Amino acid sequence: MATATTAPQATSAELGSRIEDAERHRRVRWRVVFVTVWIVILVALVTFVAGTVRLDTTFLNKSVPFILAGVTITLLVSFASIAIAIVLAILGALGRLSRNPVLNAIASFYVSFFRGTPLLLQILFLYLGLPQAGIVLPALPTGILALGFNYGAYMTEIFRAGIQAVPNGQTEAAYSLGMTDRTTFRRVIVPQAFRIVTPAIGNDFIAMLKDSSLVSVIGVQEILWRAQTIGRPTFQSMQTILVAAMVYWVLTILFSILQHRLERRMAIGDRRPA
Amino acid sequence: MSAAPAVADSDEIDPREVPGSLVPTGAPPVVRAVGIHKFFGASHVLRGCSMTVYPRETITILGRSGSGKSTFLRCLNFLEEPSAGTVMIDDVQVAASPIRRHSRADLERVRQLRLRASMVFQEFNLFPHLSVLGNVTEAPVHVKGLARAQAVEIGERYLEKVGLIDKRDEYPARLSGGQRQRVAIARALAMEPRVLLFDEPTSALDPSLVGEVLKVMEELAHEGRTMIVVTHEMQFAREAADRVYHLEQGEFLEIGPPEQVIEHPRDERTRVFLARFLGSAHLHAGAGAVHVPDPMITPHAHELDVPHPHG
Repeated sequence: MATATTAPQATSAELGSRIEDAERHRRVRWRVVFVTVWIVILVALVTFVAGTVRLDTTFLNKSVPFILAGVTITLLVSFASIAIAIVLAILGALGRLSRNPVLNAIASFYVSFFRGTPLLLQILFLYLGLPQAGIVLPALPTGILALGFNYGAYMTEIFRAGIQAVPNGQTEAAYSLGMTDRTTFRRVIVPQAFRIVTPAIGNDFIAMLKDSSLVSVIGVQEILWRAQTIGRPTFQSMQTILVAAMVYWVLTILFSILQHRLERRMAIGDRRPA
Repeated sequence: MSAAPAVADSDEIDPREVPGSLVPTGAPPVVRAVGIHKFFGASHVLRGCSMTVYPRETITILGRSGSGKSTFLRCLNFLEEPSAGTVMIDDVQVAASPIRRHSRADLERVRQLRLRASMVFQEFNLFPHLSVLGNVTEAPVHVKGLARAQAVEIGERYLEKVGLIDKRDEYPARLSGGQRQRVAIARALAMEPRVLLFDEPTSALDPSLVGEVLKVMEELAHEGRTMIVVTHEMQFAREAADRVYHLEQGEFLEIGPPEQVIEHPRDERTRVFLARFLGSAHLHAGAGAVHVPDPMITPHAHELDVPHPHG
């Protein structure tokens, strides 16, 4: 304070850099504490688990590669299901926004049914029900279909909200330039709605990575199925399920990072509100 | 629908007869709106408004907030469907039929109408996912079906006109309000419409940015574009308009050249409106001038790359 009154000009520059330093310090300290807490919890967890579950290294050496082989299946199921879900969600959203009562009713029924019943039940229902209708599909495509239909129902609502979030002025501007409804939707609404729903799609994909484990009940050989199968004969399921948990966790972390990058790239320049 | 009782065009001056008018003698009107009524629920917002606009004319619609100015303008290109009345722009005529379900042919006729009348909005409504040039070329390419190269050529010409050719690759979010509105004007121009509709184009702008937009609009008026402008900018109405329409409670009370309507209004209610409006403007910005930016106190003065027309 005393220096500020004696040499105001020199001090103001110096004060600025000192404030900056202090702020940087605070940020660094914050990160250090943050990371430390993560490590502490992680170590505590590992110690607890190591104390409870006796880890058998020879067994793990054999079973970990077997479980890891399920990553491909899990990713295949997740990507295929999310692709089906996106297609269904676009159709569903169009139906929900349609002025045609028939289309609207079909879409609304679809959303209501698939959001109103458990996913696990839907997987079993499809697996057991399709053959009764004369359609015999292997477990893998059945599981993909069930997941796709279920997520499609949730994403229908996301897409509908995304389309409705595009300001009305955009439609008016398109109309006043002579665009048809179709051109307006394709060239003006969809590109903006897509930006709005991208984070939600990423979120759903990460949820899908884990929900894909549900198809293990119909024998799809993804991560969880493999963990249970190799652990069961020797009553070492606890260890293999732990391994599976780690694999899922690492996968979600990787895709979270990817999602974050994608969102940042899409936000360049033009996301600030008008 | 029955033809609503039209406000008589009869006491209007025929601009083709006015000496010094830009309007070619004997030219057919570009815009003809007859007996436009609009109801929002039970409230009767437009009560039989009629307007005839000839080529190269600039029309200004004045009136207090809520008088129905914007609604009338939006009825002209059917962004708002009139409850009754007929709009003719160039060779396309559309009659209101709000009850009957619209056929494909009806919708196409409305679209043809809109192709002949581009609108500039108060809130700009630029496409945020497209660059400045993309905004300007979008409709020429995807509506008119022009080749991209040709659309770019036209787009660049109009961006040049509004003084924003150097911003062609920017995104709207990175522009000031005045620049955005000028892009919106270029976008409207790029469709080469028969008439430009301006819906309070400067009302959403920071006062220091109004001038650059008005300057562009004045240039357009002086080069003989047909324009219908809803605005509160008295100075613009006085200097650029060929005719001024004063709208109050859904009716055109007074129609005439600006010298008459603004300086010597015949109608008592027009007089009251102007006294109140100019009175408050005088209070804020000094004699006659509305929104004169002071470069000394304007935070965005550096953005005024176009000199202010009244400054």
